[in-house]
Amino acid sequence: MSEVSVAPAADEPLLRVRGLAKHFPVRTGFRGQSLVRAVDGLDFDVRPGETLGLVGESGCGKTTTGRMLVRLLEPTAGTIEFEGRDITHAGRRQLRPLRQDLQIIFQDPYASLNPRHTVGRIIAMPLQVNGIEPPGGVKARVQELLEIVGLNPEHYNRYPHEFSGGQRQRIGIARALALRPKLIVADEPVSALDVSIQAQVVNLLRELQRDLGLAFVFIAHDLAVVRHFCQRVAVMYLGKIVEIGERVDIYERPQHPYTRALLSAIPDVTKLGPGGRIRLTGDVPTPLDPPSGCRFRTRCWKAQEICAAEEPALVSRGGGQATACHFPESGPVPGESVGPADVTVEEVSK
Amino acid sequence: MSLSPVEGVALAEIESGGPEAPERKDVVGRSPGRLAWIRLRRDRTAMVSGGMLVFFMLLALAAPLVELLYGIGPKEQFQSLLDGFGMPLGYSGGVSGDHWFGLEPGLGRDIFIRLIYGLRTSLFIAFAAAVITATLGVVLGTLAGYLGGWLDAVINWITDLTLAMPFLVIALALTPTLVLRFYGEREAVSPAFGVAVLIGVFAIFGWTSTARLVRGQVIALREREFVEAARASGAGLGHMVFRQLLPNIWAPILVSFSLAVPQFITSEAALSFIGVGLSDETPSFGRMIYRSLDYLQTDPAYVFFPGITIFALVFAFNLFGDALRDALDPKSSR
Repeated sequence: MSEVSVAPAADEPLLRVRGLAKHFPVRTGFRGQSLVRAVDGLDFDVRPGETLGLVGESGCGKTTTGRMLVRLLEPTAGTIEFEGRDITHAGRRQLRPLRQDLQIIFQDPYASLNPRHTVGRIIAMPLQVNGIEPPGGVKARVQELLEIVGLNPEHYNRYPHEFSGGQRQRIGIARALALRPKLIVADEPVSALDVSIQAQVVNLLRELQRDLGLAFVFIAHDLAVVRHFCQRVAVMYLGKIVEIGERVDIYERPQHPYTRALLSAIPDVTKLGPGGRIRLTGDVPTPLDPPSGCRFRTRCWKAQEICAAEEPALVSRGGGQATACHFPESGPVPGESVGPADVTVEEVSK
Repeated sequence: MSLSPVEGVALAEIESGGPEAPERKDVVGRSPGRLAWIRLRRDRTAMVSGGMLVFFMLLALAAPLVELLYGIGPKEQFQSLLDGFGMPLGYSGGVSGDHWFGLEPGLGRDIFIRLIYGLRTSLFIAFAAAVITATLGVVLGTLAGYLGGWLDAVINWITDLTLAMPFLVIALALTPTLVLRFYGEREAVSPAFGVAVLIGVFAIFGWTSTARLVRGQVIALREREFVEAARASGAGLGHMVFRQLLPNIWAPILVSFSLAVPQFITSEAALSFIGVGLSDETPSFGRMIYRSLDYLQTDPAYVFFPGITIFALVFAFNLFGDALRDALDPKSSR
């Protein structure tokens, strides 16, 4: 496992996101209309060949972000730059060359494959809609892709219902690879799979990343999987990034209270009982009317008046790690033991 | 993948040794359509009703051939076989070796050959109307469901408007007006015109259910991830509709088509019965039953033959439609 091979800030980022926001209008009452601030101002970069993990609990805007990146959703505000070009509001024709560089892997392998198409047609679809005739023909390319993702190339004539969940997810990955993309948005690619299959698929993604030099935006809620796969991690809460940094920093020296709470919640069979676990009380506030100032303050044990009055900026306090908090913490999480969890994933995957 | 070349050779030897053809074929997957066909083949009701439908359709298509073999035309009159009151001689409406289903009272035309031609008229009208309504419904439903927005609102509004119009009243009012518009008061209306008007009336009113069905299905599919995957790859409207969406809604469209046909057969009969459908010149079930009602007591065989034929036809269609639905969607409970 090579530690961040690409030197940070040394080269142009592949993907640059600034102030990205998505607000969904909802009707309230008879005439009223209000906005769900699903994603509210995100800034992050993805360098070529890098994997950025996007973690957070359900409803924090991870998936919405992923869909905006591949332009399945139109951003309300902010910019998305890919290789220096602004693609935030590009039309279908302008997007056409970009579609090849930017692909998505979906969460549910049962919904992401057209049940009426053979595997061959599913994987060839991106080639077909973009009018690409690969050297050696479509069939050869499809079989090559099937082999890359570890499926029998002879199975190109089969239908999705004849495959298991893990195999279906491999088909989805092959489809995303068909256009030789530079960046793949993986929207919870392993959440729907059982644990042993998860490890296989994550390892496949890691091999692909290494062999093909792919960059990933890896959306997940499973912190162990993210730790296993991602070089950098961004933690989201209620539509905002609260902390972003290198994997080591986030997992071993988290600064934001929310990150600490999240990490301390990783189940650990070696330590039963509530020892050292940070318990958050209450629920996530509604994105219809997020709290003033820091969005986490309603559940934060360190919150003070300034947290309600002033929104903390995502600032770096030395190193590559940036935190949006007025009272950042330091040092490792007390009750958390990250080391063994990592080893477990490794062992299962072998 | 993990097969070494040696193993490959070994496998090849095994394969060439015995009858391994089914093994090789197994790699080709069975499509959902093929699975539905296998289920349909296993369904006895479907096979019997389907066989009946094929029989009826062949009869209708081969009507001139039947006429040739039978030796009697639909307009030939056999006045010599009627008694002084115009009733057919012999038992049960004049059934004999020459006239299998007897003769019409009054005009003395052969019932069997008129039934065959009536079958042809009815099936033609029903199929044409079903094809037109299905096409209209699929096109409008897909556009409304996939594009959404104001187009969806407009199409929905037209659908509601069409559903609000009383079918019988409009049919009663429209048909004579149209006939008067194109033909004078006393001119003979051509049979083709009557058929066309009937198909037109069905087309105007029949598309709404298909459109709603398709719209709902498309809206459900639109949010599915495989459709989004196609969109993320840059697929255009044509690819979306014809490659991604329509192949997944063939099943309900096919079922609604097969259930629309018998509905149009009965509607045609009903309209002809109340006198706004076809003229007497065109043989049809509705006209035959209408004429036969005058003789219900004196010649019950006259109402029996067209009645039983239309019943068998519609029944077979409905049974087949239901069986088709079961085969295409095995999860739907009976």
